[in-house]
Amino acid sequence: MIRIENLVKTFGAKRAVDGISFSVERGEVLGFLGPNGAGKSTTMRMVTGFYPPTSGRVSVGGHDVAEAPLEAKRLIGYLPENAPSYPDMTVGAFLGFAAAMRGLRREARAKAVARVVQRCSLGSVLHQPIETLSKGYRHRTCLAQALIHDPEVLVLDEPTDGLDPNQKHEARNLIRELGRTKAVIFSTHILEEVDAACTRAIIIDRGRIVANGTPQELKRMSEVAGAVTLQAHGADPGRIEQRLATLGRVDKVDGAFRVYPKDRGASAVLTRDVVELAAREGWQLDALHTEEGQLDEVFRRITLPDTVRR
Amino acid sequence: MRSAWSHVWTIARRELGGYFSSPVAYVFLVIFLLLTGFFTFTAGNFFERGEASLAAFFGWHPWLYLVLVPAIGMRLWSEERRAGTMELLLTLPITPWQAILGKFLASWLFLALALALTFPVVVTVNVLGDPDNGAIVAGYLGSLLLAGAYLAVTCMTSAMTRNQVVAFILAVVACLFLILAGFSPVTDLLVRWASPALVDTVAAFSVITHFDGFQKGVIDTRNLCFFLSVMGFALFATGVIIRGLRAG
Repeated sequence: MIRIENLVKTFGAKRAVDGISFSVERGEVLGFLGPNGAGKSTTMRMVTGFYPPTSGRVSVGGHDVAEAPLEAKRLIGYLPENAPSYPDMTVGAFLGFAAAMRGLRREARAKAVARVVQRCSLGSVLHQPIETLSKGYRHRTCLAQALIHDPEVLVLDEPTDGLDPNQKHEARNLIRELGRTKAVIFSTHILEEVDAACTRAIIIDRGRIVANGTPQELKRMSEVAGAVTLQAHGADPGRIEQRLATLGRVDKVDGAFRVYPKDRGASAVLTRDVVELAAREGWQLDALHTEEGQLDEVFRRITLPDTVRR
Repeated sequence: MRSAWSHVWTIARRELGGYFSSPVAYVFLVIFLLLTGFFTFTAGNFFERGEASLAAFFGWHPWLYLVLVPAIGMRLWSEERRAGTMELLLTLPITPWQAILGKFLASWLFLALALALTFPVVVTVNVLGDPDNGAIVAGYLGSLLLAGAYLAVTCMTSAMTRNQVVAFILAVVACLFLILAGFSPVTDLLVRWASPALVDTVAAFSVITHFDGFQKGVIDTRNLCFFLSVMGFALFATGVIIRGLRAG
């Protein structure tokens, strides 16, 4: 549904987006990650036709955004950063305006407004001016606006920013559900959301894609991926550490031992070896688990400038 | 084509709704009517003139609009930029021109309403004497075009900044230039050291010169064209500024 080829956007001398290519199909939820200022919003603004690209192409549903902007924009629902809306309008009037701008006529408009109000739980504030609403409701109002024409493509710029934990949870569920039938791109810098809602994630840094894969694939890039963490007693800790060191490099983390595999691919073998070793040595295991890898560590490692990298 | 105009109208309706959902519209209407009344009857010596005409009424409009029209138009784009709703508006399936035109027409309609509410002066002058009502209609048309020209200039300055106050000041300065270019104290001053051709060229940019014709009851195509071109040019410039903002 969304194809991006060699997209570049410069502001003066700064290359905000520097040659990004990817595509998103129906049924996919693409998480767009990156530190602040990495070019996430700029990319989304080019996808939605707000910024014309300096070079490169964006097409949505087969329509080139630069050449056939109206056809492309019709397919897109967009939640801009900070969820802007007209503060003096009521929620109902604002959604009615959005529906009218999407070409929905009377009954269709009323039906569409009723549908998104129900979906985004806005029934209780329908007649309130938006400026009187809490941030969570304002955010949902803007999200409702993006869904009003049941678009095939959704572009959501930080859809969970400023929401409380319950609202975040709801928003993620909604995104996941919408992703079954639509092509969704959403940006975030909350890494747990990638696990919770995405089928695929892209990490960008200084305008370039630095990682692209499923959340599992990204986690496997972590240093701790495949390591075995265990808490054991029944022997002197120094002795335990010494014995574990025969299997791989050992670290102490919060009173537990973490053994790193000698070979990245052999983590299943390592787990079995650790269990066998413990049985042989007669240690009692209080806890043992195999690390999946930590997304935040991967994120930090690939987005921090080299000088800060450890 | 039909949907293009329906988009323009939807945007205009939203803007108009914005005026009337806050006290701004009512405060503006009251101030506008009080000031036109004051200038016409007190400062304009309406009764002492002993004429059955609205010269005392229309003569003040270029000055009155100088402050009031920028006040109405200053928020049109600057507020969209400040609140970030411009991103929402321009990613809807519309062309920027539809948005520019819709916003302009909403404010122009509102100014037309304010102008229409001055009908008591027309009634008064008709009760007291026997005026040339054709000249009055021409005067109203001229006044509406004058307001439209100022408004289009305000749209342009409003697109330049996120700050409504800055937009207001820029608009007042630009409109003041449009007045002063043909204001007799200024042209008299210019005549002393500039060639008459130059003075005429500068004066040709003045709204006063072109508005005078309407006041006298003459609907001259050249004057009509002048106001329409100012509007066209300023709205075109608005479009260029908005495109510049997006191109980065």
